[in-house]
Amino acid sequence: MKQRVFSGFSVALVIALISAVELTADVTESQIPNPESRIPDEATITHVLNRLTFGPRPGDVEKVRAIGLAAWIDQQLHPERIDDAAITGLLPALEPPPASADPQELRRFARQQIQSLAGEKILRATYSERQLQEVLVDFWFNHFNVYAGKGRTAEYLAQYEREAIRPHVFDRFRDLLEADAKSPAMLFYLDNWLSADPNAAERSAAVVRQQRTIRRPGPRRRFGFPPPPKRAQANAQNGKKRTRGLNENYGRELLELHTLGVEGGYTQKDVIEVARAFTGWTIDRGGTFRFVAAVHDTGEKIVLGHKIKAGGGIEDGETALDILAAHPATAHHIAYQLAQRLVADEPPAALVDRAAARFRTTNGDLREVVRTIVTSPEFQAETVRDAKFKTPFTLVVSTMRTTGATVSDTRALVQTLQQMGQPLYMCQPPTGYHNTADAWISAGGLVSRMNFATRLASGNMPGVTLPGNPPNDLALRLGSPEFQRF
Amino acid sequence: MNRRVFLKSGAMAMLSLGFAPSFLGRAAAAVGARRKLLIAIFQRGAVDGLNMIVPHGEPDYYRLRPTIAIPRPGGEPMGSAIDLDGFFGLHPSMAALKPLWDNHSLAIVHACGSPDNTRSHFDAQDYMESATPGLKATRDGWLNRYLQVSSEERNPLRGVALARTMPRSLEGRASALAIGSVDEFGVRGASAAFEGEYENASDPLMRAAGNDAFAAMRTLHQAAAMPYRPAAGADYPPTAFGKALAEIARLAKADVGLEVAFTELGNWDHHVNEGSVTGQIATRLGEFSRGLAALATDLDDRMADTVIVTMSEFGRAAAENGNRGTDHGHGNAMMVIGGNVRGGVHGRWPGLGEGHRFEGRDLAVTTDFRDVFTDIVARHMGVSRDGLSRIFPNYAASSSPGVIRA
Repeated sequence: MKQRVFSGFSVALVIALISAVELTADVTESQIPNPESRIPDEATITHVLNRLTFGPRPGDVEKVRAIGLAAWIDQQLHPERIDDAAITGLLPALEPPPASADPQELRRFARQQIQSLAGEKILRATYSERQLQEVLVDFWFNHFNVYAGKGRTAEYLAQYEREAIRPHVFDRFRDLLEADAKSPAMLFYLDNWLSADPNAAERSAAVVRQQRTIRRPGPRRRFGFPPPPKRAQANAQNGKKRTRGLNENYGRELLELHTLGVEGGYTQKDVIEVARAFTGWTIDRGGTFRFVAAVHDTGEKIVLGHKIKAGGGIEDGETALDILAAHPATAHHIAYQLAQRLVADEPPAALVDRAAARFRTTNGDLREVVRTIVTSPEFQAETVRDAKFKTPFTLVVSTMRTTGATVSDTRALVQTLQQMGQPLYMCQPPTGYHNTADAWISAGGLVSRMNFATRLASGNMPGVTLPGNPPNDLALRLGSPEFQRF
Repeated sequence: MNRRVFLKSGAMAMLSLGFAPSFLGRAAAAVGARRKLLIAIFQRGAVDGLNMIVPHGEPDYYRLRPTIAIPRPGGEPMGSAIDLDGFFGLHPSMAALKPLWDNHSLAIVHACGSPDNTRSHFDAQDYMESATPGLKATRDGWLNRYLQVSSEERNPLRGVALARTMPRSLEGRASALAIGSVDEFGVRGASAAFEGEYENASDPLMRAAGNDAFAAMRTLHQAAAMPYRPAAGADYPPTAFGKALAEIARLAKADVGLEVAFTELGNWDHHVNEGSVTGQIATRLGEFSRGLAALATDLDDRMADTVIVTMSEFGRAAAENGNRGTDHGHGNAMMVIGGNVRGGVHGRWPGLGEGHRFEGRDLAVTTDFRDVFTDIVARHMGVSRDGLSRIFPNYAASSSPGVIRA
């Protein structure tokens, strides 16, 4: 199946856009094209653009050919070498969290924040020159999914994507994992911020008593748990003291989803031991990570056969992350997931094995794992071309890109994604959205895709302008079975 | 199971009590077997079941809720619980459901819920919709598994959610539709050209889904072409929820093969200023009950083949909190409405005394929500024992709450 390229009618705008973004790639030795490699044909370049970007824009194939395919891929693997200044001017300003704790105000803020960030996500995916980075930010956010509709998660969302996810997508997996484990969004979403050694209340009371007798000079040290949220206070007001206990939610998803995978060979005991290691990892009043030793379970833990000695503190959790990040099952799980996103719903086993091996020998260097996948012969195989089915997000963004549309207001697109069943940042389960065809091909889904195509082509998508005179069959092309694949 | 016999005996029993709803008589006389219909309604956000179905005979209820309890029936000028059986009562804004109670087609299962103790909305909704509490790996929903088990027929109109996105309950292998409204479901513009594209799609999955889509569109176009006029007396609330219910009735009456319908109503998470006989919960319950009553009126004699079941992910704490609201709790109340329903309050009431509460604070669960689902799927929809084990994997209802006549 040939990817259809819509190049005839929107060149002017796209050229304007491209020229606004100066490419400043340094050509290093590794980027010099292999003399043995043949000049790639259009179908090959289109395939690479399909998978490493949110879809080719008019002129992109020529641009890649001019740079050289290998050099272009290398450039995408080093986003810091790509000038992306133009994108910042397009992004919406974010409202700071409200000072008041009024629940209605917080709900309004959360809705507004999700709307703004969803808009930002669409604009970055459409216009950023660092396309592979944005593809991977989407991938890793989804891998470490949080649901913005749960409690205060929306307040931590901007920081989550900007500080925990984006800076680390080409980093070592271990660093990404720790940034995620310490992010208020994840701590809140999977309840770890409430997880405590059940015996801590008694112990911390003893410590406080001891402090009182010692009466140390100097600044008063605070013990005990960080300020409980309003709900917990309300419970306390009911006259029933609720002792906090262990919460396994994060521990379980850390093993099942974030690292080893559901078949990674862990037991319920491992879930509990890992959860114990993370007791005391919580969120402070200012909305940042804090380790509270007073509620940490200091006993010995055995995680996947590794002993974490008694008497530890914050390093117990960090050691657990070390153990998990270095586990072969994690290398395989991450390699599989990346290959599933970048290559095929059922990625070739040999490729997954090589990518997993690369993960292990590079100490989890995600840039090298991605490089192994996208420079492999399997990635270029005829059988995997057009083999992926676009998620609604990929469909909407690739439509913007292929038509060279100007997006001045993202709200209608954000709403379209809701209607198509992929509301951004609003995926409830920690699994995130599936990226396989079986999850997205449905009668209702196809109807909304055809209507989206019709609406856009007829100029009825508010905030979206198509350049020039769109061809008569644009709706049919954008809503066709072929355009749903990539 | 012979549906007509049960129907008839049910109708006779009611006639003898002088409460026969008009639809039963007509259904018994109706010719030909109609499809059974299950309408599932999710109250997302955890409705306060104790203020919805009020245990007014329980002194602890009033002790725990000094400002938000619904007063005992009678007397209060501002309104009070509508007595059902001397112990339980409906919230006063739910008067629209009283006639259904009076004619024995409203069953209530109180202290009902999940064996999982999560108080997370999203986990609990997930568990209720997958009907596998504690197990997140389940990929399909219980209503979709019903569709998978009950027939091989590929008709996406067998399962329809009036919802923006496919609810978890209907996700899965069997084809089903999630639509905003009947009129919205259609391809505007070059429909025939699109159909040609999808008929010729090389990808079998897309070809099948495309076929479903256009078949459903054609069916709906023929069967529901006219603007919908609800039956006389069906007074739907003028809200998104009311419209969704009217669309369900429209699809049911269009005989398009509907077996499972789903819709939802949110905004029940009243941590602050929940209200009592008036206020937030009263407004919400008013819309909710008015909608259900309108749906029953609109479906008229089809109610003999219909069961409406309402659910919410968990209940709310027995005691009110410091903000005149309620925090997340455990046990809740489900409602089951239909011609084949055994009216009354079912389940065992565990009491609200301190020693009887779940984890010292919440209404305990004495009936697993899957027992109610099982009752409906087995006794109303006629699924076999083998089918039940596929719809509710690794679970066998220990006892029937008895909400369906058998």
